[in-house]
Parts: sequence; structure tokens; C-alpha cells
Amino acid sequence: MECSFGLTGKDYVLLCSDMSAGRSIIRMKSDENKIKTLGPHLAMAYGGEPGDTNNFAEYVERNMRLYHIRNHYPLLPESASAWIRRTLAESIRSRKPYSVNLLLAGYDTTTTKPHLYWIDYLGTKAVVPYAAHGMGVYVSLSTMDKWWFNDMNKREGVDVLKKCIDEVKKRITVHFNFNCILIDKDGIHHIDIESEDPITELESQQPKETLVDAPNPPLDIGNVGVTA
Amino acid sequence: MARRYDSRTTIFSPEGRLFQVEYAMEAISHAGTVLAVLSKEGIAMAAEKKVTGKLLDLSLAPGGEGMGGEGTEAWMGGGGEKIFLLNNNILAGLAGITSDANSLVNFARNSAQKHLFTYDEDIPVEMLVQRLCDMKQGYTQFGGLRPFGVALLYMGWDPIYGFQLYQSDPSGNYSGWKATCIGSNHSSASSLLKQDYKEDLTLEEAKSLCLKVMSKTMDSTKLSSEKLEFATMTLHPQTKQPLSKIYRPSELDGLLRDLELGGTKEDLIGAMEGTGGGGAVGNVAIST
Repeated sequence: MECSFGLTGKDYVLLCSDMSAGRSIIRMKSDENKIKTLGPHLAMAYGGEPGDTNNFAEYVERNMRLYHIRNHYPLLPESASAWIRRTLAESIRSRKPYSVNLLLAGYDTTTTKPHLYWIDYLGTKAVVPYAAHGMGVYVSLSTMDKWWFNDMNKREGVDVLKKCIDEVKKRITVHFNFNCILIDKDGIHHIDIESEDPITELESQQPKETLVDAPNPPLDIGNVGVTA
Repeated sequence: MARRYDSRTTIFSPEGRLFQVEYAMEAISHAGTVLAVLSKEGIAMAAEKKVTGKLLDLSLAPGGEGMGGEGTEAWMGGGGEKIFLLNNNILAGLAGITSDANSLVNFARNSAQKHLFTYDEDIPVEMLVQRLCDMKQGYTQFGGLRPFGVALLYMGWDPIYGFQLYQSDPSGNYSGWKATCIGSNHSSASSLLKQDYKEDLTLEEAKSLCLKVMSKTMDSTKLSSEKLEFATMTLHPQTKQPLSKIYRPSELDGLLRDLELGGTKEDLIGAMEGTGGGGAVGNVAIST
């Protein structure tokens, strides 16, 4: 019962994930943060077997941090995706594999290009302009097929994302709350996707206020209570 | 008294020195000169070949007759004796004991491939230098073994820092340079480089500086491909990916003729006769 999307634009990448946690048909939490920042310009939205997900996300987070400390610069999105894919590919061939699917989003500061990777627990990696994991796949891929185009600006990107979320709300019986980030040349920003015009909000604020500190404090998603 | 500490590689002498490491560095200062110059457009490296002679059969050796090349061809070509491609984006020039150097080259290539396997990218230059230096340092600390008698110049490109030039020595120290030199006459070559180096050199200027300093430090007045190896690291004009080039003997002679530093037929003959057999240079198998 989970749902995440990602899409790339001209000079940014958007990542969006639901915030529910539970078992079977029971929701125990509706403010669980399932997006992890992995570096100054890298983040992932993850889902799958509860427990495995947090464990694996922390494992990735700390390895990215270690690489940053050792080499004084973070892994580029391309290499980070290769490392994560290989880790999952080795895991699936072990006695106790991780069952984690993820969307990896990053901004390559050397080429100034946004990157989005679709990775699953089997160790499949796909480089994609837009992607989804979980329940949202059934309704949002067609939406993105229709509305996504090359080199979208931030407003256009957020609009497509809103269309996907509307579609999920309309077509899927499960209720979701969403948590959304945007990565551009300045870093990782938190975006309030429920607001009327999140980009104007983002631009009106001081860059520091929206910036999610890299590499790893948990995202502060504000005062979203249990609304389930 | 000092003798007691000579034979133990990892034991400090009372003056606080590691003799074996210092001897290893001494071995290198008898080796052929290797020098390199960094520019914004790329890096040039020249190396002096010590093992020459008309009886030496290089027809099948890497970097022998007709070898050298650009891009993937550089893998096959190799410089032969002194210049090696460690990875697509990194070339190294070696001075010291050839057999030790071969084993280091092997290790470096392995490390580079391991990085490619895990991260699907060419290894960043400094990371490869660190890998090698970690290994070299290990031999100055753990007992019963001799340090590597090799110093290296690494020239490479990566997307983070662009073109880079590093030097490492048997102690495991490494440092980054704009222009530097290892091997025999390295101090006089270094001061020549310091004199003539300018910021914002073009690649052509870097190449000519490289060879001019080489011609002043080497014994023979005229240079030729017989006594020299030469390589450059640049970016491919279209793909903007690193492009390494190890010069073929004919290309190097052409370049030397353009710079009026030699490279003519007569010089070739002269160089061969001058050195005579390989044995004339001394114990050629040890330090090249």
C-alpha cells in the first residue's frame, strides 16, 4: 500500500512519496518520511518490506556519507545508482535478501543534468525521465505519458506531479498523504505539494529555509499529524 | 652502527630514519627521467628510455616497433618501458626497478577495474593514486619485506577535478603538481620547469616545454624516439571524454623535428651506436 513518483525537468528533478506505514489493510502511521537524502544533490524514495526498507536506506545513506568523507566529494548520481543496484543485486543472491524498491533522484553538478533511476529489489536499474513505484504505477504512468515533455520548467513539472496525485486520489480507494522534494543546483528543497502554487512559495522563501540539509538529517515534514 | 638498521625495512634508526626507504628513493634517482607538464587543455609526459641497443629485440614487446597509439590502441601499444595506460582516463610514467613497476601497474589496473565494476565510472585520478600509495606505504611498515623501488607520475582526467598530475614515491607519499619530474637529474629538471612554466599554457606549449627540458637534462644533445617515450592526455573534441595518446616512434620523431630537437635519421643511428649494447648503460635490468 504505497506509492511514489519521480520526474525530471530541465534543471531539476522532483521526487514524491506517500507517508503511510502499516500492515495489511491497517494504517498505523500517516506521517512516515519515506524519502531519504543521500548527499547534497542526491535523494531516494523507498518502499517495500517494512524494516528492510529503513535498514537498507540507512545502509545506503551511511555508505554515501563514508564515500563523501573519504574523498571530500560525493558520488555522482550515475555512480551512486550503480553502487545501489549492485548492492541489491548481491543481496537478492544472498540467504536473506532485502526486499526494497526505490526511486533515486539526483542532480549532477559536473554536467548540470538531472537524473532519475528506477531500481527494484531484483537489482533492475532503469534510467528514466519519469517513474513510479507501488500502487501509483497503475494510474500515474499514463498520466505522465500524456503530460510529461522534455525540458519542463519547475511549474510545469509540479503541475504534472499534481495531476498524478489527483489521479491517485480519484482512482485508488486507499487514501495517501504525500511528501515531496525538488533537487536542483542549489540542493534539495522540501516542497508543499498540497499548496496552490508550491514553486512561488519555494521562490518567495529564503533558499536556506526550504533547503533540506545534506547529507542526512531526517526530512522535517512540518506539522502533519495522524490524519488517517 | 648504522648497518644494524640498514637491513630492517620497518625499523627506525636512532636518528629516526628508515634506511631502506631512503635507499629505494636513491635507486630511483639513477633511473631514466620522467617529466610531465599540466595545462588547461591537457597533459604532456616524456620519459627517457634506458634500455636501448641494437641487439635488443623489441619487435614483439609492447611499445616496440609500430606500437603506441591513441584511445583504445594505447592499451595495446603501451610505451613499452616507462609509460603505461592504467585506465581509460589515467596514464602513468614510471621510474625505478622495472619488475617492481610491472607489479604496481598490474595492481593499479586491477584497482581501476574494481572501481568500474562497483560504480560504473572511471576511477577518479586521486583515488587510484591513493590505492597505490596505501600499498606502497604498507611495505614501509610491515616487516620482512622490501619497499617498492618505484616512483610514479600519474596524469589523468576525471569529471570532478579535470586534468590532474600527481607524483608518488616509495614511502607512499603523493602530491599534486603543475609540472614535475622524477628520476635522474630531477632537481635540475625541476628548476628548469620552474623557470619556464607559465600559467595558462596551451597543450602545444606544454608538449614543447616537456621535450625542451628533456633535451637539456638528457646526456645526448639530440633527442629521438630511440631514447624517448612520449604521451598526452587530452579530451576528445567531440565526446569530451578523456583521450590518452602514446606516441608512435614515427609520430614522436615528427614532433621532435618540428621542435628542432632531433628526431632525424642520423640521430637515430647515432643514438643506437652511442649506447652500444644494453650493458653499456650499467645494470640496465635494475633501474630504468
